[in-house]
Amino acid sequence: MGEEKELRVRRIKNGTVIDHITAGQALNVIKILGLPDASEGVVSILLNSPGEHGKKDVVKIENRELKVTEVDRIALIAPNATINIIRNFNVSQKKKVHIPEFMEGVIRCINPNCISNSNEPITSKFNVTVDDDRPKLRCTYCGRVISENIAKHLL
Amino acid sequence: MIFKDHHIISMTSFSKDMIDHILETAEKMEPIALGKQKSDLLSGKVLAVLFFEPSTRTRMSFETAMYRLGGDVLNLGSVDASSIAKGETLADTIRVVDSYADAIVLRHPREGAAFLASEFSTVPILNAGDGAGHHPTQTLLDLYTIKRQSHLDGLKIALAGDLKYGRTVHSLCYALSLYGAQITMISPPELRMPEEIINDLENRGAKVTEVESIEEAIGDVDVLYMTRIQKERFPDPAEYQKVANRLKITTDLLKDAKQELRIMHPLPRVNEIHPDVDDTVHACYFKQAFYGVPVRMALVALVLGAIE
Ligand SMILES: [Zn+2]
Repeated sequence: MGEEKELRVRRIKNGTVIDHITAGQALNVIKILGLPDASEGVVSILLNSPGEHGKKDVVKIENRELKVTEVDRIALIAPNATINIIRNFNVSQKKKVHIPEFMEGVIRCINPNCISNSNEPITSKFNVTVDDDRPKLRCTYCGRVISENIAKHLL
Repeated sequence: MIFKDHHIISMTSFSKDMIDHILETAEKMEPIALGKQKSDLLSGKVLAVLFFEPSTRTRMSFETAMYRLGGDVLNLGSVDASSIAKGETLADTIRVVDSYADAIVLRHPREGAAFLASEFSTVPILNAGDGAGHHPTQTLLDLYTIKRQSHLDGLKIALAGDLKYGRTVHSLCYALSLYGAQITMISPPELRMPEEIINDLENRGAKVTEVESIEEAIGDVDVLYMTRIQKERFPDPAEYQKVANRLKITTDLLKDAKQELRIMHPLPRVNEIHPDVDDTVHACYFKQAFYGVPVRMALVALVLGAIE
């Protein structure tokens, strides 16, 4: 089994492994993190990988250690994701993602008449609250709330 | 209480104390608004009035407020003739105009425009309506009307008409919840106030009842707040007529009302209030329109720091 996994995606020597991504969200995670543009190293994606709690996605980024602040943004679509910083094949740090209270420039407001959806020189802004474990984004400009299908509204 | 340099964007940022302070200041402005007393409180100050969609009354009300206090007004003029038609962003317009004026009144068709303006402006922004968003000066003048013509504490108010889409009604209800008002909602089922807002109001201390006709509420309330029902909300014109006829106030209906009942309407009205009602003691919608002036005088003077 272990060998089989090795063949699917190789271990990385240095970099970041984002594990336990909600199955199906890996490509959105890549998008939110601005990869691969944000990193020169190899980025590998594993979709629908069998995990202890059902299927999950995994993203491995070689030779780049992501900062917690940049990774927390993915909590909106992958709330159970864990961040593993790998140094010399070992996990040197392991962290859970946390939903940030404020979010800038990741999501588009669902109100077509919102000023943030016009050609103004601004990025979208949301105040984030968590209701029953589900994130709720309130547009700082127009007040409209997004609570469902957040991944559909990525910029 | 310090209001100097504050933006007036939405009612949600006001505490009850802040509202009370604005209304008390407005009361002091009333003799000046009536032209009985002269003032040069804002002499040398310039108010820019940027209306990206027409709303003549609101604009005139702000302009007269500024003139009555001895200040000057810069008007953007018609939108077509200005740089907006050339595709300039609101952010750029604000960054230019804030160097000409001490405060900016903004009306804009998009929600969130006033907040955006406040991010770019070095002078206070007064939101005079942003799309279906906020219109705080309307709410404050409604509250002022209730204070002057009735009472805010222990108020029983009925709101009739389009309670689903009417932003002024939502904003007024939120403010009234700060005063623990008893609110009766009168609307056809298709224009009911959204459940989420009713829950919010109750959580904030208001008591809410819902009925479908004015008759059911008129006997008990201190204020009846009428609003327009827009034809566009009804695909079937016959259905619109039916609803519009049911939510119409006539002198006949007023027989059951208390002597102290006051009827309000943000104007312009269509058929919601029969002209015969104008001559009764209950009518106070024209007074309400006037009250916009002292309220806006108070706001402009407060944000400019001319008074505290
Ligand atoms: Zn928005």
